[in-house]
Amino acid sequence: MIKVTIDMDKCQHYGQCCFEAPDVFSLDGAGHIVYVAEVADDRRADVESAADVCPMQAIEIS
Amino acid sequence: MAGVVIIGAGLGGLRVAETLRASGYEGEVTIVGDEIHLPYNRPPLSKEALAGGVEVADLEFRRKAHVDDVTWKLGSPAVTSSIKEGTVTLADGTVLQFDALAVAAGIRPRRLPIPGPQAGRVVLRTAEDARELRAALVPGAKVLIMGAGFIGCEVAATARKVDCEVNIVALDAEPMIRPLGAELGAGMRRRHEANGVNFYLGRTITSFNGTDHVESATLDDGTVLACDIVVEAVGSMANVEWLDGNGLDLGDGLSVDDAMIVEGTTNVVAVGDLARHHNALFSGPKRRIEHWNMPTETGKRAGQTLAALLAGDEVSQAPFSAMPSFWSDQYSHKIQSFGMPGNATRIEIVSGNPDEACIAEYFDESGLVGVIGIDKTSELAPYRKLLMERG
Repeated sequence: MIKVTIDMDKCQHYGQCCFEAPDVFSLDGAGHIVYVAEVADDRRADVESAADVCPMQAIEIS
Repeated sequence: MAGVVIIGAGLGGLRVAETLRASGYEGEVTIVGDEIHLPYNRPPLSKEALAGGVEVADLEFRRKAHVDDVTWKLGSPAVTSSIKEGTVTLADGTVLQFDALAVAAGIRPRRLPIPGPQAGRVVLRTAEDARELRAALVPGAKVLIMGAGFIGCEVAATARKVDCEVNIVALDAEPMIRPLGAELGAGMRRRHEANGVNFYLGRTITSFNGTDHVESATLDDGTVLACDIVVEAVGSMANVEWLDGNGLDLGDGLSVDDAMIVEGTTNVVAVGDLARHHNALFSGPKRRIEHWNMPTETGKRAGQTLAALLAGDEVSQAPFSAMPSFWSDQYSHKIQSFGMPGNATRIEIVSGNPDEACIAEYFDESGLVGVIGIDKTSELAPYRKLLMERG
């Protein structure tokens, strides 16, 4: 499993991650990011892309 | 030692290196940076890093394990090059040999030749620039900002947060008018004014006054504005002078093809702010796009190109296609854009109004080319999808 964390002090809810891995990251009705904290290993490429495109570089993957 | 030399240790250079490795290239990779820092994220420099509390180490990009073996040459810019000989010479005298070259040297702020003292005039591009400006942003300091683009407006908002007095002088009729258009630009101006910023629009500065340090600025209409510090945010220039003498057109960055190969070369790619490219999603001439996401988009493509080239494989000439997008934080407000709103010939506000949360659609003769939302981030996703379908 891949562990996903968003540093909520950094996150500005721009939603760029949602376009790269919509099954992991999404915006709720209030425009706030919600995400799945543990995802299957075969989702790594898209989760990495989501972390790459975050303007605030708030996404950590381990 | 030859391999790939990447000039520029910012986001674009990092993405080229990562993609080279991810695509199976195992040769030497050297990344040259004019700054002493490993690649770091610049957008916070005009926002929270400027307000205090964030250091450059906190802004470094996560570096993936497979780029652990690249060689970093930091703190020494490229000064000359010979593409024919396959060499780049750095300011410290080092000569690097390359099989392929990636130009990721980015841009620097434009400086205007205005008479008067230099001391107290700063720009904002690097972590050091941010540190210098941060030291000057103390309560009551008189801050004069030249230029009403995104950097100027973000610095204004940050300076007001720490209780500076802020004046903005710009030739444009409204702040951020080129991408936003006049109506949304005016809406943002009113938000700034409500937060205490004064605008002098349609004006230029003819001189700075003071003995050793800037004390005031004289505008073209005779107005004199007192200032302790001047932030010059009036556009950018591509860092390409070190490529002079190679027969390339250096007039506006570097023209590249869909594979990011520089026009007139076979083994040189260019990425990021300085790469002038076509975009299959939008018609018109090649353009440089100084948006945060473009170094990643162009850097990944260039990395694939170089990996194929160096493996002797065919380089894909599939049309380059990327969605330009930008974001800006000013006070509690968030501006977000997709597409090329600056290309629009017609703008329609479809939700809200410029003084509240709103969405504007931007059209040219081909149809929808962009969308901008103010405080409407969660409602823009469908527009991005519509714009992606143009390609």
